[in-house]
This record gives sequence, C-alpha cells and structure tokens, in this order.
Amino acid sequence: MLSSIRTVWLVFLHMFKKRVTIEYPEKKAYLAPRWRGRIVLTRDPDHNERCVACYLCAAVCPTDCISLQATEDENGRRKPEYFRINFSRCIFCGLCEDACPTYSIQLVPDFEMGEYKRQDLVYEKEDLLIDGQGKYHGYNFYRVAGVAVGVKGKGEGENESAPVDRKKLVP
Amino acid sequence: MAKVFIDDIEYEVPDGKNMLEVCLSLGFDLTYFCWHPALHSIGACRQCGVINYKDENDKRGRITMACMLPASNGTRISIEAKAAHDFRAGNIESLMLNHPHDCPVCDEGGECHLQDMTLMSGHNYRRYRFKKRTHTNQYLGPFLNHEMNRCIQCYRCVRFYKDYAGGKDLDVFAAHDDIYFGRSEDGVLENEFSGNLVEVCPTGVFTDKTLKQHYTRKWDLTSAPSVCHGCSLGCNILASQRYGTIRRILTRYNGDVNGYFLCDRGRFGYEYTNSKKRIIKALKRVSGTYQPIENGNAFEEVKALMGEGKKVIGIGSPRASLESNFLLKELVGENNFYGGISNTEGNLIKQVIDILKKGKVKTPSLAEAKGYDAVFIVGEDVTNTAPMLALSLRQAAKNKPNEEAFAIRIPLWNDVAIREIVQERTGPFFIATVHHTKLDEISSGSFYGHPDNIARLGHAVAQKINNNLPSVPDADRESASLSSSIAEALLAAKKPLIVSGTSLFSKNVIEAAANVAYALKEQGKDVGLIYTVPEANSVGMTLLSENFVDDAIARVEKERADVLLILENDLYQRIGKKDSEAILKRCNQVVAFENLENETTNSCDYLFPAGTFAESTGTIVNNEGRAQRFYQVHIPRNEVRSSWKWLDILRQDLQTAEAKDFDAIVDELIQKNPELQKIKETAPTADFRIGTQKIPRSPHRFSGRTSMIANINVSEPKPPVDNDSPMSFTMEGYHGIQPSPDTAFYWSPAWNSVQAINKYQIEVGGPLHDGNPGKRLFEPDENRQAKYFNDIPSSFHPSNDELLVLPLYHIYGSEELTALSHAVKERIPQAYIALNENEARRKGLNAEGGKVEFYYQDKKWELSLKIDNSLPDGIAGLPKGLNETSGIGYPFRTKINS
Ligand code: SF4
Ligand code: SF4
Ligand code: SF4
Ligand code: SF4
Ligand code: FES
Repeated sequence: MLSSIRTVWLVFLHMFKKRVTIEYPEKKAYLAPRWRGRIVLTRDPDHNERCVACYLCAAVCPTDCISLQATEDENGRRKPEYFRINFSRCIFCGLCEDACPTYSIQLVPDFEMGEYKRQDLVYEKEDLLIDGQGKYHGYNFYRVAGVAVGVKGKGEGENESAPVDRKKLVP
Repeated sequence: MAKVFIDDIEYEVPDGKNMLEVCLSLGFDLTYFCWHPALHSIGACRQCGVINYKDENDKRGRITMACMLPASNGTRISIEAKAAHDFRAGNIESLMLNHPHDCPVCDEGGECHLQDMTLMSGHNYRRYRFKKRTHTNQYLGPFLNHEMNRCIQCYRCVRFYKDYAGGKDLDVFAAHDDIYFGRSEDGVLENEFSGNLVEVCPTGVFTDKTLKQHYTRKWDLTSAPSVCHGCSLGCNILASQRYGTIRRILTRYNGDVNGYFLCDRGRFGYEYTNSKKRIIKALKRVSGTYQPIENGNAFEEVKALMGEGKKVIGIGSPRASLESNFLLKELVGENNFYGGISNTEGNLIKQVIDILKKGKVKTPSLAEAKGYDAVFIVGEDVTNTAPMLALSLRQAAKNKPNEEAFAIRIPLWNDVAIREIVQERTGPFFIATVHHTKLDEISSGSFYGHPDNIARLGHAVAQKINNNLPSVPDADRESASLSSSIAEALLAAKKPLIVSGTSLFSKNVIEAAANVAYALKEQGKDVGLIYTVPEANSVGMTLLSENFVDDAIARVEKERADVLLILENDLYQRIGKKDSEAILKRCNQVVAFENLENETTNSCDYLFPAGTFAESTGTIVNNEGRAQRFYQVHIPRNEVRSSWKWLDILRQDLQTAEAKDFDAIVDELIQKNPELQKIKETAPTADFRIGTQKIPRSPHRFSGRTSMIANINVSEPKPPVDNDSPMSFTMEGYHGIQPSPDTAFYWSPAWNSVQAINKYQIEVGGPLHDGNPGKRLFEPDENRQAKYFNDIPSSFHPSNDELLVLPLYHIYGSEELTALSHAVKERIPQAYIALNENEARRKGLNAEGGKVEFYYQDKKWELSLKIDNSLPDGIAGLPKGLNETSGIGYPFRTKINS
C-alpha cells in the first residue's frame, strides 16, 4: 500500500522534471563527432581518394560485410576499383575505421539509413565516397609513404633524403 | 645424432646442421632473414642472434648467430635470454631505420616475412627521427615489380639469382648503407627462374607483377593444391583465385619434386585461365556461327548422334587428366580411342615409358637429380623444354667441387666458406645438343650435331664404358676424343646422371642415352636416367593409348566417321593444318571439350566448356612416372566443368544420369588399368576428414563473405559443396595446421609469409609431414637384364640443296596455353628460321633479319633469318610452337630461298 502511494508520488514529481524525450524526427538528437554511424570514404587534402585498397578494413570486419578490389591509375597509385559495404550486415563496431591506415574509412554521426528493401542497404563506392576529409584533417598517406605514385617523387617525401646514386662507391 | 641444449633443455638433433635449422625444426620461433633452407647460411643479417654458452658453468655467454653455429654435441644456447631478445629487437630496429611507410600499398603485406619477424622480435615503435634513405626503382620486365626502398640487405636475392639459378643480370651495387639490389641498367630480368625472387625476398622489393594487375591479399585468396601443366615435370603449385579469376601461382613445396622453386613459365603462365577466349557455355554451331545451347539439349543431341551403330571416334589429350582421357576412351570404346599426338611422338613416349618400366636404372626425381655429381645431357635443351630440371642440374654441377670443402670438414650449410673454396668451378657436365644452349656456360664439353650424331656420340660413350658394345663405325676424331673424356668423367663419378628426352623426335637419341646409363649400371655405378617428354600428361595419356592421331587419320580416310569427339586438344597446334583438316573433313559431326577458342574449335559442331587446371580435379603423370593429383580451385559461375564430368554424363542414360564423383571414376579407372593402381594413393579420398572437418581452401581470415556478391543478391547463397575432394570451397573446415601434402596455403600462428612452410616439414628443408605428394608408378629393378639398343645410326651428311629442319624450344612460347598469358606473351621471341653463317651464305642469304622462304606441306612459309653459328651445317632451326610455326611436324626437309 505504502509503496504504491510512493510510486504514484514519484511519478507525479516527474511531471515537473526536464523532458528527455525529443520530438524526433522534427528535432534531432545531438550526436558526438565520434558517434559510430553511417560509414563514409573520405578524400585527402589534395582532394584525391584516400583509400589505397589495402584490404585491412575488410579483413578486420567481424561480419565480413566490406569487399573491394584494388586497381591502379596510370601513375601506379592504388585505389579501389569497387568498394562495397553491405549495411544490412554491418554492426557499426568501428573496427574498420580503427584498422584504416589512411583515415579513409570513417564512421560519421548519422544513423538515418532505414530502407524498405534490404537490397537497398548495399552501398557502393559512389554512395560511400564524400567530398571532404571527414573527421581527420590534413593527412595524405602518399606524402609519407615511400612509393612514388604521382604524389611526390622518390626522396621528396617528409623525412626522406634524395635517392642514392647506385653507381657511387665512395665509402 | 648430437645433443644440444636450448634454454637448458636437452634435445637430440641430427648431425651436420646449424643451430638455426635445429631450432626451427624443433618448432622454436627464432627470427631470421638471410638464411634460406635451399640457400643455406651466410650470417649476413644478424637477425638470428642467440646466446651461446661455453658449458653449463658459463652464465654469461656471448651473442652468436645461430645460423653460423654448428649444432655439435654439447652446444648450449639460449633463445629466451633477455640479452638475446634485446639483440634481435635492436637488430630489427636498425634494419627498419630506412624502411618506408608502405605496408598498406605493399604487395607483400599480410605475407611479409619482415612483418612477421618484426612482431616476433618485439620491436614495436619507431624511435629514429632522422631522414630515410631512398632508392629509385627499375623496370625489370613483365614478371617482377621492383620497390627498392623496402630492402633490408639480406642478400637472398642475389644469392638465389646468381649462385643458385646461374643468373647474370642481377647484382648488388654501391657501398655501405647505400647498397642496391638490381640490374646495372633497367631491363628485363633474363633468368628463367626470376619469379622465385617473389618468394625468396623476405620483403616487398620483388613482387609478382601479374598479381599486381588484380591485386588480392593472401588472406583473401581461395587456393588449391595443384600441379603445373607447363611442361612434363609436374612441379607442385598453389593456384589461387578471388572473385572467380585466378590471381597468382605460388610454389607448393614438394621435397621430391620442385622443392621451394618454380620456373617463370609455370609461375606467370596462368593468365590464359582468365582469357576472354575461354569457352564458358555449351555451344552449338547453327548455320556457321556458334549459339549457346542448354546443357540438357546438348547432351540429348550429342547422344543421339552417337546412337546405335554409329561410328564414333575419340581423340585424347596430353594436357587433359588421366580421368578425362579414360572416360573418353570408355565412351567411344577402346578401339576407337586415339592418343591426341602424332604417331611419331606417341611411339617415342611409348619407348620412354618402356625404358622406365623395364629398365633397371633409376629415374631420379627432380629433387634427387640435385644429388648427382656428373651430368651428360643427350639431345635436350633442358632450360627450355623442362626448365626446373635445368635448375636441378645446376645444383648437381656443384657437387664435385663441393667435395673439396667437405674434405676439410666444412658442412654443406656453411655457404660462405664453401663458395670461398669452390669459387665458380663446376663438376663434370657434358652436353650434346643441336645448338648452343644456356647450360653450355657450365659445361665441361659441348657437342652440337644432328640428332643422329648426338646418338652416335652417346653410343661411343657407352662403348667406351662397356667394351663389349659394338663400336661406332666411321667415328671422326673430334667426337672420339670427346666421347673418351665423357666416358672417363662418368666412370670417375660416384653418381653419374644421364638426361635425354623426346624434344628432337629422335628414337636414336633416346636409345643412345639408355645405352650409356645401362653401361654405367653394369660398371656398378649408381646411375640415374631422366627423360623429359613434351607435355604435362604425355606419359599418362600414352599409358591409356594404343593408337595415335595418324592411325585415326588412316581410319577415317578408309571409312568416314559419324562423330569425332576431341578432348582438350587443338589439333592444328599439335599435328598441323593438313592432318587436322584430313581428319575433321572425314567426320560428319565434331564435338570438342575445350578450354579456349582455337583453330580446332572453329570447325566443330558442338563445344563443351572444359575446365583448365584451375576448374578441374584430376591426376596427371609426369616424366618420371609420378602420378600427382591437382584440385580445382573454384567452381566458376559459368558452365565450365572438368571434362570428365561432361563425359561421364554423356555415357549415361540421360533420363537417370547422375554425375559420379571423382573417387568413383578413379576406382573405375584403376579397375580397368591395374598398372595405374597407385593413382588412388596420390591423394586422400573425398571422405577424408580431420576429426569431422574438411580441409579449407581459404584461410580463416578470408574477408568480404557477406558483401562480395551482395550487389547481385543481398542474401548470401549456400556455399558450393565439393564432392570430389576432401576440401571445402570456403574457409569452413579444420583451422589448425593442415595436412602438409594437401594444404591450400601455408600459414601458422605468427608465420604469415611463405616461410610458414617450415612448420609443415618434418625437418626444415626436408620432407613434409605426412609425406610428399605424388606416387611413382614405376620403380627400377636391379635384377632386370635390360637389353642394349644396337641400332647405331650412320652419320648425318648435309645435302647440298635441302636443309633438315629441327625444332628449337623456347621456355616462353613453345607451350601452347601459357603462351596465351599476357606476361609470358611479352617474352615470346619473334619467329625466325635459324641457320649458321656458312649455310646462310651458301643459300645466298645475307643479313640477319632478311626474309627466308621455305615450303612445308606444300605451303609457303616466310620467316626472318637468324644466324646461329652453333647449328651444324645442313640444319635449320625453327622455334617450336610459336603462332607462326605452330602445327609443324619435325623433323622435315625443305629447300629455302631468300
Ligand atoms: S563498422 Fe564494423 S561491421 Fe561495420 S563495416 Fe566496419 S568493421 Fe564491419
Ligand atoms: S616489405 Fe613488409 S614491412 Fe615492408 S612495407 Fe612491405 S609489407 Fe610492410
Ligand atoms: S632485395 Fe629482398 S632479398 Fe634482396 S637483399 Fe633486399 S630484402 Fe633481401
Ligand atoms: S619446370 Fe615445368 S612443371 Fe615446373 S614450373 Fe616450369 S613449366 Fe611448370
Ligand atoms: S639468418 Fe643468421 S645471420 Fe641472417
């Protein structure tokens, strides 16, 4: 008896508390930048695709829902020929973002991806690639890597000395 | 046996090893770079440092390189001591000072020995903050990609390329920490074994350029243990696919056959499997063009053609499996089956088989061939007809000089010391061929002549070994003295090896080689005799064939046939246009089971899409008589199937037809051919399980399973089941170390690179756990009385107006299918006709490159002239099997005009 009255009393008091429920979708919830939602592929500061098709995200994905095929442009710069995420399988764990060595794949604060047909949850590279750098600015993998694929010449990268003259025998 | 102590635990180990081998064989994870089981120790990389103690009272010890430390009785080391750990981590840190930030775009990533060793050593974080040294790269041809920044200066590449494979154009340049591994100038790496650098180099400096075109990481590849179809040696390969196309070939270790290596034809010649010219569905010719036809209908129609009373003949193939050839024979009937090669070739192979079966001399395997100490090659350009045999022979040439090192107690593994003593010297090595061959550079005496003269030289050698043999009439002085020195050298050797083959289409050559071997055997020598044959399953097909294509032609010329079934055979390529047309025109309906469109498939009525090695399972028999199983890599998403599957359905009642599985076919085959009994033992049956599990074709880290075909349908289909082998088509199955002979990939915890092979061997560099794959069908019998061959041909006399034309072989181009692969295509030489200078001048031909006309089978051919002064007078050479010269039957005589 006493406990029932107490419950009623507590419920009554809540009427004067601040509301936490918001009128979604008219109002949107605040999502932190590190929120793990829809996945995007970003571009480097030079506006080129960041993805180098290293397959690490695909390997780490616990649901095996990423697949891609590497290809190369005329300079030998590696990039994905296709890049597919099956969002009907994705559990938004963020491991792919962790594994990505180029900051290309990123999870962004957006979860509004509902579809009527499961098939529509299969995203291709065209659907994933955005125009900007996403959460991480300024990083261009090919500036620090050793390969010369049209971004910089051999020995022109950060912390690199000019290429060795292989005919030189001076001690 | 020696007793050694590793971290205070006692182990019994075999004598004559070094501590690194011993530790790895015992299963320790000790880091190393420069040591390689086939290249031995040089102590260059300092990565295998351990603490070596004087005795049990020595608590301090000293850092020593395990690979340079003999595992002698009482040796005490510690791998685990902190000082040893720190040393190895520090060493790798210094090797990594200049290492580029490349892993994500490095093709070695995920199967990189450097990655593995770095993790194993415990070096995690880069502390060095200064500039990195950089290198420019070189263009090295269509096979290899070069990214020199990734080098850790282990010297494995040059040691393999120069010391092991005899290459000349890869070297080390510059000095101190600038050293550079490459060519003096950009250019194609010439050596036939350059592709092995992909596996030998522990980093991503040398990577597979063909893989780069469709790059896939190791963990994403679905692979199958397979056997190379590039020549008759049957090297073991791992063939891998992703998304339905073959991506690369790696060596599958077979301690009895190819060991750690492959030739470039075998490694890079796979791309034809992905060709646009593949036949991928059943086709029927309707008014001149091919139309797709539903399988069931194709069966019905072909079956109707072959009905009661119809005359049906079948032509088999030396590149199709035993099972496919067998089922064709069953389908058409024994008397209507013809081996798919000319009678000349068929009879030669029959003779080789006869010698293998009845002879008393051992035919060593490719691996055993490395152990002989004197070599005599009788009429075979081994580098181009059976490349890996040339690699084995190069090792055999080292045995004699190595003995000097052994005499002063230097063990085999101490490569630096051995090389210091031996330098460039090689042992007795004699070659008799038609023209200059690559192995001449290590020969002690070379002879160039007509096949009959080569045979005469062989007979002369045999006669000098066994005086009871008839002497060679009218021998000239030069070859008499050469034959004496060959005979002397062979008699002085402990284990002489005679190598010959069918490539010159000469029975005399084959007989002469056998005589030399028999004579040596009678002298009590431990002699070996190797014959090479033309194709991957030449021996297997011939074992099933009584008759060959010329017999078939004779038959259809007498009486038209209603239906001709052709199994994986481009007749135009093998027997030429004239004979092909002779047979095709006299058969009312032609049905072919073929991989790719070719000249023969242009004139068929029905085509069934047959699997290449990549889509079929089967057994082939190599030149040594070793039966080996190859497994299909994947089930393609089209109608391509093993030929035997098509044939099996065709022979059944179509209403109730049910495809038999592979084991049932093998059972039937051995029941009808008891001499092939052993092919059943070449591999486990399909019901083999590890516990309850199958052997997976993909590694457990295989990715993209729920996404790779989600664009077609988001619901994943059930994976296909393999009823023909103990393997699954996916990653499902046993996850421990797989049975060594049947594993689809080499992997072991912490060992992601090919060096994981260590874990599959009983002793590193030795036989595999559970035995090397393959079973030999014939063994020599010491007690047999092998008969000498007594037909000594007379000497060849060049004629004034006619030339004798002989085939010259090319590793790239002379094999039909590999020649269709992009990378190999770039290495195929321009077609030519070769003559010596004398002969050219006599015919009024002047400059190299000039046009030469000649007639073959009443057709005019035109090729450009190549001067080859090693060719004997009266002989012309044509490159075998190139587009321009395919279908030519050798030898033939012709007149030439400029
Ligand atoms: S978030 Fe997790 S489940 Fe989704 S794609 Fe990335 S790794 Fe896979
Ligand atoms: S060689 Fe190995 S460690 Fe070096 S970049 Fe390539 S994968 Fe990475
Ligand atoms: S190129 Fe490769 S094999 Fe050669 S020294 Fe460098 S790391 Fe070793
Ligand atoms: S030697 Fe012959 S069997 Fe071996 S890899 Fe080369 S082509 Fe293939
Ligand atoms: S492996 Fe011993 S020093 Fe290189």
